[in-house]
Amino acid sequence: MKKSVFLGALTVAGLTAGAAAAATLDDVKARGTLNCGVTTGLVGFAAPDSNGNWDGFDVGVCRAVAAAVLGDPQAVEFVPTTGKTRFTALASGEIDMLARNTTWTFSRDVDLKFEFVGVNYYDGQGFMVPKELGVSSAKDLDGATVCIQTGTTTELNLADYFRKNSMNYEPVPIETNAEAQQQYLAGACDVYTTDASGLAATRAAFEDPSAHVLLPEIVSKEPLGPLVRHGDNEWGDVVRWTLNALIAAEELGVTSANIADMASTAGDSPEINRLLGTEGNLGEMLGLEADWAVKAISAGGNYGELFEKNIGETTPIGLARGLNAQWTDGGLLYSPPFR
Amino acid sequence: MTIMTDPQQESFRPSMLLNDTRYRSYTFQFIALMVLIGIIAYLGYNLVLNLRAAGLNISYEFLGEPAGYDINQTLVEYTSRSSHLTAAIVGILNTLLVAFLACATATIFGVIAGVLRLSNNWLIRKLMSGYVEAFRNVPVLIWIIIIFTIMTAVLPAPSAFRGDDPDASMILGSVAFTNRGVYVPMPVWGPGSMVVVVTFILSVIGVFAYRRYAKKLLYATGKLLPMGWPSLAILFVPSILVFFIMGQPITLDFPELGGFNFRGGLQIGAPLIALWFALSIYTGAFIAENVRAGILAVSKGQTEAAASLGLRPRRIMNLVILPQALRVIIPPLISQYLNITKNSSLAIAVGYADITATLGGITLNQTGRAIECVLLLMLFYLLISLGISAVMNIYNNAVRLKER
Repeated sequence: MKKSVFLGALTVAGLTAGAAAAATLDDVKARGTLNCGVTTGLVGFAAPDSNGNWDGFDVGVCRAVAAAVLGDPQAVEFVPTTGKTRFTALASGEIDMLARNTTWTFSRDVDLKFEFVGVNYYDGQGFMVPKELGVSSAKDLDGATVCIQTGTTTELNLADYFRKNSMNYEPVPIETNAEAQQQYLAGACDVYTTDASGLAATRAAFEDPSAHVLLPEIVSKEPLGPLVRHGDNEWGDVVRWTLNALIAAEELGVTSANIADMASTAGDSPEINRLLGTEGNLGEMLGLEADWAVKAISAGGNYGELFEKNIGETTPIGLARGLNAQWTDGGLLYSPPFR
Repeated sequence: MTIMTDPQQESFRPSMLLNDTRYRSYTFQFIALMVLIGIIAYLGYNLVLNLRAAGLNISYEFLGEPAGYDINQTLVEYTSRSSHLTAAIVGILNTLLVAFLACATATIFGVIAGVLRLSNNWLIRKLMSGYVEAFRNVPVLIWIIIIFTIMTAVLPAPSAFRGDDPDASMILGSVAFTNRGVYVPMPVWGPGSMVVVVTFILSVIGVFAYRRYAKKLLYATGKLLPMGWPSLAILFVPSILVFFIMGQPITLDFPELGGFNFRGGLQIGAPLIALWFALSIYTGAFIAENVRAGILAVSKGQTEAAASLGLRPRRIMNLVILPQALRVIIPPLISQYLNITKNSSLAIAVGYADITATLGGITLNQTGRAIECVLLLMLFYLLISLGISAVMNIYNNAVRLKER
């Protein structure tokens, strides 16, 4: 009895022991690697390839931050997290940042004490069904069995959506995307629901993607973005402005192809110069080298390049830019100025 | 002449705390207790400090707020607008349900396998040791996942029952095995059905009374009444008679394919079946070993003595061996029941909504109140384990050797 209480207290204390650590930037520099939380595997966003190298859109953000801070895009320790474990991993200090298609919500920001540094993908929750069911609208899903990743905002949206439309459903709670895929393909559920981008990525991995349709309804706003712990503003700034640098680079026409050239000497555009460190001292303000943004952008290219390479229309996932186009192209991507 | 004097009463000196064996053990226990309290206080203080540094606090207010998520198996009224507390209660009931079912079936499996492992038949003996060794030595989580995967992969989806020439059909038109669970007819309790239920309950009591009487008669006079068919008769005949006399008040609601799933009837979800079955066969293997140990603990002379009285092997087992073996079997059996209850927390692996999945999983995740939820979970499992232990110990006291 006594022993179990003691061990329980030890576990609880251990869980939160790292929470107070404030100077994450110093920790990362001292450690020499960035601990980045990602999904357990979602092709296009974060998944290990056949050689065990992590690759994907969210992974690109991790690598950019590692490059900006440590100068080496490979200096990342990827920590796979499930919908359930991700916040504990971040709160306990097991990871320095989380880049895992996590929706920016009020309660996560305010109550869970996390800080979302921006949005790297504007998403919404969708539904996927086998074509043979003949369902063409989410309104026809009354009575369906729905596979859902547990502990996610999609779980709550799903309940709200069916309730609002006075429809019934039977939830099948599932831990990871891979399990959901298996259950869905085995017919243990009629519908799989998660963020539309995740559905597209999942469907792309199917043997016969054309046998499954994504329903037109998008039932929620899911702004996905990287997040850090609350209370360490210096570290939050580093991650925020690394993401902004990737977005601004696309807007300013800085790509991985021309960046070496542009960074060698100060050019005509003052903002590009400030971004690339040939003018001003933005890097110093962040506590990084002057060429931090150059390293970050060189790691995997600017936002647009990362998008095209990992999830864009030329990839099997085939997502259109849509809302994720630059504000100059009618999308929502908008980086505050580098000034 | 000597004067008898009382030995001088030694006054207590502090050094006696270490030198006197009467006090020494207390001294060390006291020191150990202080150290333990110190460590716990340090850990608690550390926790509070860290929580404050992170800007968090311990609060159970979230329990009253709407949970916002749905649960696939609920024994009480629950919607996504119900509170987190209701969700926790749903989880608790689901945990208790699967624990109760698994305890019952694991006991049956265990007793059968344990007895058969001592059988004289080589094949049966070896089969049973194969079962025990295979199931005891593979973690229960793997069994749960194996059984669930087999269920979802092998059984047809409800859509296979659709169409003019379906790939699958219902057994007797009323039971459907699908990869989402088993659909069976559900009784509908019409007016007057209470009388039938009461009759049935009385019949169950009647069976126990009959068996008690038969046993008493056997011990008193040696006359053995038949046990099997009268028990069955007492159990079913009155109920069936009352059922027809009352005008068949209980009807069945058959599952029917409608929309995406079967509608109507009673659905026993695949997660529940997988978890129940896995826990039963896994723990059954352990119970089998307890039963075997208990039987072997009874001296062989007892068997021989009973045989020399002309008793048949089955009767020897039921009347002589098992009652004595129970004394050895019950205490480890309590541990196995506790194990089942605690292992049921692996339910989330197959999507069964037990307390670990609702309170310790979704609620914890949606509210972020990890410490509060985990403390509640610990409290719940502690209470339930102490409860099982207490009940089983009462039973153990009833069957153990009376020493006078």
